[in-house]
Amino acid sequence: MQERELRHMIGQVKAGILSRREFVQAMLAVGVTAPLAAQMLASAGVAQAQTKGIMFNPTKRGGGGQLKVLWWQSPTLLNPHFATGTKDQDGSRIFYEPLASFDPEGNLFPVLAAEVPSVQNGGVSKDGRSVTWKLKKGVTWHDGKPFTAADVVFNWEFVKDPKTAARTIGSYTDIEKIDTIDSHTVRLVFKKPVPFWANAFCGVNGMIVPKHLFEPYMGEKSREAPNNLKPVGTGAFKFVDFKPGDIVRGELNPNYHVPNRPFFDSIEMKGGGDAVSAARAVMQTGEYDYAWNMQVEDEILKRFEQGGRGKADIVTTGNIEHIQCNQTDPWTEVDGERSSIKTKHPFLTDPAVRQALSVLVDRASVQEQIYGRTALTTANFLNAPAPFVSKNNRWEFNVDKANQILEAAGWKKGADGIRAKDGKKLKMVYQTSINAPRQKTQQIVKQACAKAGMEIEIKSVTASVYFSSDPGNLDTYPHFATDLQMYTVTETVPDPQDFMLQFTPWEIASKENKWQGRNITRWQSEEYGKLHKAAEAEVDPVKRAALFIQMNDMVIKNVVVIPVAWRPRVSAISNKLKLTQSGWDSDFWQLPFWYKEA
Amino acid sequence: MSKYLLRRVLIMVPVLAGISLVLFTVLALAPGDPFEELATNPNVPPEVRANLRHQFGLDDPIPIRYARWFTSMLKGDWGFSFVSRINVGTLILQRLPTTLWVLGLAQLLGLLVALPVGIYAAMRPYSFFDQISTTLAFVGFSLPTFFTGILFILFFSIYLDWLPFIYRADIGATGWRWYWENARQAVMPVVVLGLAQGASMTRFVRSAMLEVIRLDYINTARAKGLTEKVTILKHAVRNALIPVVTLVALQIPGIFTGAVITEQIFRVPGIGSLLITSILANDTPVIMAITFVFSCLVVLFNLVADLLYGWLDPRISLR
Repeated sequence: MQERELRHMIGQVKAGILSRREFVQAMLAVGVTAPLAAQMLASAGVAQAQTKGIMFNPTKRGGGGQLKVLWWQSPTLLNPHFATGTKDQDGSRIFYEPLASFDPEGNLFPVLAAEVPSVQNGGVSKDGRSVTWKLKKGVTWHDGKPFTAADVVFNWEFVKDPKTAARTIGSYTDIEKIDTIDSHTVRLVFKKPVPFWANAFCGVNGMIVPKHLFEPYMGEKSREAPNNLKPVGTGAFKFVDFKPGDIVRGELNPNYHVPNRPFFDSIEMKGGGDAVSAARAVMQTGEYDYAWNMQVEDEILKRFEQGGRGKADIVTTGNIEHIQCNQTDPWTEVDGERSSIKTKHPFLTDPAVRQALSVLVDRASVQEQIYGRTALTTANFLNAPAPFVSKNNRWEFNVDKANQILEAAGWKKGADGIRAKDGKKLKMVYQTSINAPRQKTQQIVKQACAKAGMEIEIKSVTASVYFSSDPGNLDTYPHFATDLQMYTVTETVPDPQDFMLQFTPWEIASKENKWQGRNITRWQSEEYGKLHKAAEAEVDPVKRAALFIQMNDMVIKNVVVIPVAWRPRVSAISNKLKLTQSGWDSDFWQLPFWYKEA
Repeated sequence: MSKYLLRRVLIMVPVLAGISLVLFTVLALAPGDPFEELATNPNVPPEVRANLRHQFGLDDPIPIRYARWFTSMLKGDWGFSFVSRINVGTLILQRLPTTLWVLGLAQLLGLLVALPVGIYAAMRPYSFFDQISTTLAFVGFSLPTFFTGILFILFFSIYLDWLPFIYRADIGATGWRWYWENARQAVMPVVVLGLAQGASMTRFVRSAMLEVIRLDYINTARAKGLTEKVTILKHAVRNALIPVVTLVALQIPGIFTGAVITEQIFRVPGIGSLLITSILANDTPVIMAITFVFSCLVVLFNLVADLLYGWLDPRISLR
């Protein structure tokens, strides 16, 4: 999809021929995140849609009793800047708030900001070098101190210090300075034009901690801050109690800055256990109102839903389960390194072999037989409204075609039924982490490959080893010491820029960088690198989106990776509880607005 | 006696030092590090991980890390959790009351079942009661707790809807309701653990009792004209319980470290679940502290059991 086509579509949205939602879906289908799609519309002057709040207008705060939520991983600390994984981010989000959150369609929803900056209201500079945020007035921290511009500036100073070792640092590195215009206005000035300015201070990486409590703990002392475990925020609930690895409790904040919210008098977030029993506690016994991240087979969820107490809630995200094709030789050691960039894979570098592999992955079966509602086929490349689907990227499952491709490329079947060429046999090792749906997927792929004369040996590694970053262990995914491997990459930031780093030539994982590089497939394309560099500097969201689509198309056409399943976020919700989920932000992005029907 | 005690205590020192060395080395050599989640997150630059590793002293060679750990342990500092950024001691103390309450009750329940059943079964070996209790005991200790636990949940929580299956350490209630809620939620984990323990203990009590009951002095007691009740309770049980007491003493360390699987099933925030989450998160200081405390308790209670044995049974002298 070219820039021209994108502009045409935006024009259609403007004219009301195409709905916002259809546009966002079309963009998701070509690998553009919802927030970026929303940004494109905003830049074209299409007014931001009002975030659909929940249709409930209470006249007073509280009265809703206790809200009980279950996380099968438990929060271990409550400082958003040190959060390990979503459990900690969600635990922190009960108490802390960002300037703005991302709604399901990627629009910004103001929280601590008085309004969302845009080019139209003068908040975003045309050259992409600065953005001005107006903060909401009259907001106080739970200890009564006022929330001001100084807190915003402090968070940036706190995070950017590498000695603080904040996990949110990536969202703040582009900021050169923050000007305080008045007590409730700040201007972020960037080192270079930043197309996605909503990275800092928005969403899960944007939660703001109070300056007066964290200032003494900048840098290396950050780990000693007592408030890492006792949050004092601006949120709808005040901190009551926290036991790391077990429970977080909060009570209604009587001074919350949104009138007549929240509905619940207190909140209890219980952690631990497993996903299946969490689903049971919500959908079967009703002991709890909400359970996070239902990594449960759809069949089980459906059975629980029959109880009539709760249901599964499914929202779109950017997470994708995919198979990677190794471009280097995993079986030859060069300078103490397997899959070294100095080698070439004996046959996976042949485009025909990769092409054949891509038609041998039966995505429909994987979706129907394994994931059910908890996955969509074709990942982010193809499943959108028909008119916008790039014809070049159509996925299919076709054993005959695979056979033809291989035959045409000179891979002939030997006596053992395995294809070979120049003495090289199509035998591959395919690894993934130990996880029931993944092992089933491996089987489906293995069987299809056997029919096309490729022999696949399956390997599964314990998740804690596979996903570790131990430079001394060959079985981790960045070492990629096999021919194929499969896992899910998650889009933790609602902008594709960092996500697409994983195919750039300068990010190749190697011994030199202790396998810290993001490019695991070791695919080398100067052209892709140029496109990525261009996208980093492109301020026009439409041109930028077109660049990302082009990058996506390159990766897919070259079969660098084979998308298997697009994984939405699934949670279990009591039938009485009313809320809206967003796949681009924390589960608690709209917690103050949650309510329960009598 | 005091010489024996002194010798045993002195032996404990190198034993514990050896255990700690082995534990530390194994943990240090195990794959993974507590900050691995950062590595899979494209938004976190590698320098952050490097800085964290440096901050928590993970970049130093293993011998130095061990020496540092050992000296601070001697000073009573159990280390600092990588994941929760809190002292390990605080973390463990938070979990201790729940663990002691649930596991202590389970142990008590086990004893309450095992003693009467075991004694009565031994008094009438191969009777109908004995056959039934033996069968049940075998069923009890062959079924793993993760199976009985889930069975209980399905029956009592989901089918009957009587009991909650999620354990909450702090219940937001006061007075009688607090006691009631606490009792309700403790029933299933305590029964699951207690019955499993009771089953094996029943077999033990029964065999200990059988051995004693055949001895001549019991016949003498009966010949003296003592009632059956006095014979059994005063003469037989007292002696039969000597090995049982030492067995119970050896099980006490287990009460402190919790029951990993049962705690996970019922979400009991005990030390067992802390251990398992720490292992999954590679939070080595916590794993180290829990396993080391456990080893200390095992070694200590071994000594206690030996001393008790000598005290209860004068035929055994400790030198």
